Amino acid sequence: MSAKIITREQVLHVAELARIELSEEEIERLGADLGEMLEYVEKLGQLDTSAVEPTFQVGDPGVLTRPDVVTNEPAPERMLANAPDREGAYFKVPKIIE
Amino acid sequence: MPPAINGTGALAQNQIMPSELNRLTIAEARDRLRRRAISSRELTRDCLDRIAAIDSKLGAFLTISEHAALEQADAADKRLATGDAPALCGIPIGVKDVFATRGIRTTCASRILENFVPPFDATVIERMRADGAVFVGKTNMDEFAMGSSTENSAYKPTRNPYDLDRVPGGSSGGSAAAVAADECVAALGTDTGGSIRLPAAFCGVVGMKPTYSRVSRYGVIAYASSLDQVGPFTKTVRDTAIVMNAIAGGDPRDSTCSTRAVPDYEGALSGEVKGLRIGVPKEYFVDGMQPEVERAVRAAIAGYERTGAVIVPISLPHTEYAVAAYYLVATAEASANLARYDGVRYGLRVEADDNITLYNRTRARGFGTEVKRRIMLGTFALSAGYYDAYYLKAQKVRTLIRRDFEKAFADCDIIATPTTPATAFKIGEKTADPLQMYLSDIFTISVNLAGLPGLAFPCGYDGHGLPIGLQLIGPAFGEEPILRAADAWERSFTPRHPAL
Repeated sequence: MSAKIITREQVLHVAELARIELSEEEIERLGADLGEMLEYVEKLGQLDTSAVEPTFQVGDPGVLTRPDVVTNEPAPERMLANAPDREGAYFKVPKIIE
Repeated sequence: MPPAINGTGALAQNQIMPSELNRLTIAEARDRLRRRAISSRELTRDCLDRIAAIDSKLGAFLTISEHAALEQADAADKRLATGDAPALCGIPIGVKDVFATRGIRTTCASRILENFVPPFDATVIERMRADGAVFVGKTNMDEFAMGSSTENSAYKPTRNPYDLDRVPGGSSGGSAAAVAADECVAALGTDTGGSIRLPAAFCGVVGMKPTYSRVSRYGVIAYASSLDQVGPFTKTVRDTAIVMNAIAGGDPRDSTCSTRAVPDYEGALSGEVKGLRIGVPKEYFVDGMQPEVERAVRAAIAGYERTGAVIVPISLPHTEYAVAAYYLVATAEASANLARYDGVRYGLRVEADDNITLYNRTRARGFGTEVKRRIMLGTFALSAGYYDAYYLKAQKVRTLIRRDFEKAFADCDIIATPTTPATAFKIGEKTADPLQMYLSDIFTISVNLAGLPGLAFPCGYDGHGLPIGLQLIGPAFGEEPILRAADAWERSFTPRHPAL
């Protein structure tokens, strides 16, 4: 098992993918933690899984379809009540297109 | 009269004073409510008074819904007067703050949902509400259910009712502590890697994670969708069966929820374990575990043998890989589930001139350290070039863990293990070392990966008086045999009460 060194660039790349701005302290701390966890999960490499199918789901499959019928009443005011910012019946965000 | 398992004699008569109806079990309260010997308002009042008296020390609740609870209690009393009384009618319940509750703030113990008031009820809340349950408040938890101690709440830690310097376990620590301290009669939690069973063990109450897909997750804030499951915290095994009767079963709004018929779990409690084959996996008695825990668990297993169960040594050889597989699968799914918190439609927003910076800063301020840590690991495990080596590998190891159980259940009906390697640890003891914290779940995580039902309940106390939890694991949809066996144990076990 080899210690996993996660570079500053890797940490910043993952943070960018995850859309989280990190402080300098977090870059260091979370980078070290990520390295430690990746080192720990290396132990899975001891197992030969070349002939093993992955398990993505357990339990019963449930009901995958239902009739296409509206069952809830429209309630835009209740939905917008939690909006951080709104204008009329819309959620308001900074301009996306120049 | 069922045979005594541990030889401590019959359950002591529960002496309840009029001002401490909150100490009743669901079964006891149900009986008194139906006979009109007590009212739901009196019972609810005693729970609310208990919360007012002790919760500043305990920290089990994030939101107390006193006004709504008393209204619900009055409505329940009217219904009880007509003779129409489902089992949960008038029973005060605590709800982990992961469940959407219509009109009641739901934070998931995160700053990012600090002011979120759901416009709808989770299905399990809707079902219990329809039965006349009374919701006294929302309980504390690790932020987004990520943790084993409830120290990751963005608001406050919850303390263990048996020792206020110790953790209640997590992530559903508020629900476990609230039931143990009689702040409510029962509570709801969720369990992704042990988040019901570990706090149940640490707080000396009963907690069950049902089979994956047995209970609807509609309206439950998602952490890891292939693992999350809803379950009860109660004072007795019978009460867990009663809550399961109310919440289990198919839901057209949750396509992952099984439509399989729901048995009468309470009706399954015969007290009989004769001939039951109980598997004991050697991998669950590890070096470094607390000797008192091993002694108590082995004594409980010996008790089962004395009353006619057959003990079968078994092996679950991939147990040591479960924590590693879990932390890849769970964090990968979490990184996707938590992508929705973007500051646009609800929750915290940190304003910025452009959207990307708005997302980045909202999430930077809204999420705590552990949530960021797990999103980072999960994002890494799913990122280009690493998916096969980490996420896919973990899902293949999950298959090996699942097969271990399938093989074991060819030779036994249920499996008995300790719930945790040690009793409740001190507040702050593991916060500096995430990996040590993750290893607290070493005996509970495999059950989630395999999708099986697991039940934790008290089987003894250590030298400090801290509860020790036995865990029974059943095959998929085998809730009845584990409830029956746990109930049989409980008939001859007198649980302690925390002095608070």
